[in-house]
Amino acid sequence: MIYEVFRQEKKGSAFAHAGSVEAPDITFAQAFAHEQYGRRQESEALWVVPRDAIHEVHDFYDELHKTYHRVDGYPLKEKLRVARERAGTARDR
Amino acid sequence: MTTTSDLLLEIADDELILGWRDSEWTGIAPSLEEDVAFSSIAQNEIGHARALYELAARELGTDADALAFDRDPGEYRSAPLVERRRMDWAHTIARHFLYETADEIRLATLKESDNAEVAGLAAKMDREEQYHRLHARMWEERLRDEPRFRDAVHELWPFALGVLPPEQRATLAQHVGLDEVDAVERGQHSDELRELWEEMTIVRRSVPGATW
Repeated sequence: MIYEVFRQEKKGSAFAHAGSVEAPDITFAQAFAHEQYGRRQESEALWVVPRDAIHEVHDFYDELHKTYHRVDGYPLKEKLRVARERAGTARDR
Repeated sequence: MTTTSDLLLEIADDELILGWRDSEWTGIAPSLEEDVAFSSIAQNEIGHARALYELAARELGTDADALAFDRDPGEYRSAPLVERRRMDWAHTIARHFLYETADEIRLATLKESDNAEVAGLAAKMDREEQYHRLHARMWEERLRDEPRFRDAVHELWPFALGVLPPEQRATLAQHVGLDEVDAVERGQHSDELRELWEEMTIVRRSVPGATW
């Protein structure tokens, strides 16, 4: 059985996918993950998760290019420049 | 009477030789994950040996490398259990399980030592050994009903008793669930230790006094 391992590098930081281990059960998986992703003091903590427990979501279509969903759909820089000019507070640059 | 340095050397020699023996599985363990785990355990044991040798060396006025590599094979105080050359996996896990169980009892006593340095080091080692025990126990649980594993535990049992001084053996018997029998005592070495010694010290002997 495959277990996915997520690693936290420092206290408080987010867990990131580190890799996987193959093990017959969760006890073995934890022990293997401990040695494989922790023996060099590179981890603060690990999450060990059976691969089956992970449900992937994919297929993100954007057929109609709805850029307004995206942060960069609103280029602010240009608007800001225009607004500043109107207000007479345009910066030299 | 056993002095502190004698006791430290017994444990250090056990850890060095076992670390060496366990590392014989590197590259050929039953699975890749086990290979990494068992090799890491082997390195930990050698690290413990180094720390113990350093402590003993201060008392004896020498250094850790000299204690680890410059003694004659006959001077090593290791238990016959750890000297046996790479066995099959059932025997390897049986030895690992028996040794870790014995080591836990030994470290518990050491942690209570009047010598603060010895007690401190024992506590540090015990924190790492906790994972060795976890690893040993999960394998023992998985293999305990296999006849090959049970036979291996019985075969190595008198050797395991020899890891501990007589007064701690009843506790080991209780933890393992077997009756106390005549132990294979320290002080007798097999030819396998000499072979290992030849291999282990060859680089150091090739250029005496070299510094690295």
